[in-house]
Amino acid sequence: MAEKVLKGIAASDGIATAKAYMLVDPDLSFEKTTVSDTDAEIKRLHDAFDASKSELQVIKDKAVENLGAEEAEVFEAHITILSDPEMLGQIEGKIKDDNVNAEEALKEVTDTFISMFEAMTDNAYMQERAGDIRDVTKRVLSHLLGVTLPSPALIDSEVIVVAHDLTPSDTAQLDRKFVKGFITDIGGRTSHSAIMSRTLEIPAVVGSETATTDINEGDVVVLDGINGDALVTPTDAEVADYAQKAEEFSAQKAEWEKLKNEATVSKDGKHFELASNIGTPDDMDGVLDAGSEAVGLFRSEFLYMNSAELPDEDTQFEAYKKVVEGMNGKPVIVRTMDIGGDKHLPYLPLPDEMNPFLGYRAIRISLDRDDIFRTQLRALIRASHFGQLRIMFPMIATLDEFRQAKAIFEEEKAKLVADGVEVADDIKLGIMIEIPAAAILADQFAKEVDFFSIGTNDLIQYSFAADRGNERVSYLYQPYNPSLLRLIKHVIDAAHANGRIAGMCGEVAGDQIAVPLLMGLGLDEFSMSSTSVLKTRSLMKTIDTAEMAKLADKALNECVTNEEVKELVEKNVFNK
Amino acid sequence: MEKKEFHVIADTGIHARPATLLVQSASKFNSEITLQYQDKSVNLKSIMGVMSLGVGKDADVTISAEGADEADAIAALADTMKKEGLSE
Repeated sequence: MAEKVLKGIAASDGIATAKAYMLVDPDLSFEKTTVSDTDAEIKRLHDAFDASKSELQVIKDKAVENLGAEEAEVFEAHITILSDPEMLGQIEGKIKDDNVNAEEALKEVTDTFISMFEAMTDNAYMQERAGDIRDVTKRVLSHLLGVTLPSPALIDSEVIVVAHDLTPSDTAQLDRKFVKGFITDIGGRTSHSAIMSRTLEIPAVVGSETATTDINEGDVVVLDGINGDALVTPTDAEVADYAQKAEEFSAQKAEWEKLKNEATVSKDGKHFELASNIGTPDDMDGVLDAGSEAVGLFRSEFLYMNSAELPDEDTQFEAYKKVVEGMNGKPVIVRTMDIGGDKHLPYLPLPDEMNPFLGYRAIRISLDRDDIFRTQLRALIRASHFGQLRIMFPMIATLDEFRQAKAIFEEEKAKLVADGVEVADDIKLGIMIEIPAAAILADQFAKEVDFFSIGTNDLIQYSFAADRGNERVSYLYQPYNPSLLRLIKHVIDAAHANGRIAGMCGEVAGDQIAVPLLMGLGLDEFSMSSTSVLKTRSLMKTIDTAEMAKLADKALNECVTNEEVKELVEKNVFNK
Repeated sequence: MEKKEFHVIADTGIHARPATLLVQSASKFNSEITLQYQDKSVNLKSIMGVMSLGVGKDADVTISAEGADEADAIAALADTMKKEGLSE
């Protein structure tokens, strides 16, 4: 038996075995002391600065090589801070004048700078620099204390990354060549780290609770992203057993692979559109490998999150154009910026809110800050000329919000046309259905909106009043609950009654239990992680939609709980 | 001492990437180089100093250099200011 078996949430399919790399901050606490030999202390300080600088140089070079110059810029900024003569001078002065140790002098001086920059509340860029100074201070401190600060960019052998949670900047630095998988303490299937793991196509287990305490640096870990298990220091037999499972999984994948160029049709010959969710133009390889029929969700906020300042019109235009051209005439649905909730931009500070998921986010920001919104819409409209681009607004609660967004769109489009820019004449405008108020009024929305895409992650969170990031209420993530299914049916029927398309772009669209029911309810478009596309196409081929319509009717009207619906589908579709 | 005045035309003023490049350019010289804006003056080799000035669009700033390579330094900095679209 393995030393320990951890149980978590299966976030991304696949099996991997490798040594653990602990992406955990070491203990950087220290005591303030009095030093008599200040020259020696200043030398210690210089040594720590030099070591930090050369370390950052290595990290920067690696990042340029693996991730591109843009991702590496932040490290250049860190090096510049370390080379600042004023900062170093002030720290030296503190050591000399106050006879304090280098750690204390470093902290006092950098704290002053941090609060100075943080106080510039009218300047988001400067506030972000406070974070850079904090990062740099941590690195120098680690050298003063003689401990190692882990850096994802420095990973150069095959590892399983172990972390409390992975931030967007961590995942941006992960190199797929070496990172075979990851496991985190917190998070759920829809947390940022889980979504990233599926985009990167590496196995992942999230929400294990104890990964960072139960696993030590260098332990061999078997990661089973299909079942959500992690075996720490497994026996040879277990390693062999999982190697076998990994092989079966790749054989299964090879089988699905054959469906790559086939249309998505049910057993009774009905066509469905299978689409991919993406975050950046880099994800297009996965879309094409999966043979997706569309991009059902391009989460444009990643363009904003992977940038040091608001991305300008041309930068956005290039990104949208690349995706639209890559799809070669097939539809691409771009969702306008969905910032707020759990996604933040360092250069666009938003006040802390009691309930950020119910607060100032997505279209609410776009309509308020229409300067940002107009730039995005202009980039989108310009890109429409290069293929079939559709625009989708997130977090729409009222028809009035949609009308306002549409009016701004029309204004910008008219301006571009007047300037002689070539644009597609029929750009479809749709909305995310993720707020119950919009779902219930879908019949009215359908008269004005070209298409719906049901965002299940948020629709479930708002319908069940359960924070999707809070593990203590995770039992309320009930994707098969008849109440949710009824809401979905209402939305699909409303779309169809008005000749509109109903799609879905949440996790549920690729869920093997939900897919047969959604086919029975007549959902037109299913958009999911590229890695789930072929598996779903393979399942859809075996499904008879007339039978599923009856089964869905049973699920909606006879079943009472999430569990009952799940059992109904398992029994009738999968013969379990 | 060499001195040159600049009128800042960049929308974002002197911060972000251009500020870093300006500091890097200044750091290549031995001369003491300062950036003056309104009544404040900072060491142009200090990124924190430069950023703390908060130089915005349409500001008039003066760069001065004092030392053996002062003329070269001013020429190089004027070049960076222009290349980064900070000034005309």
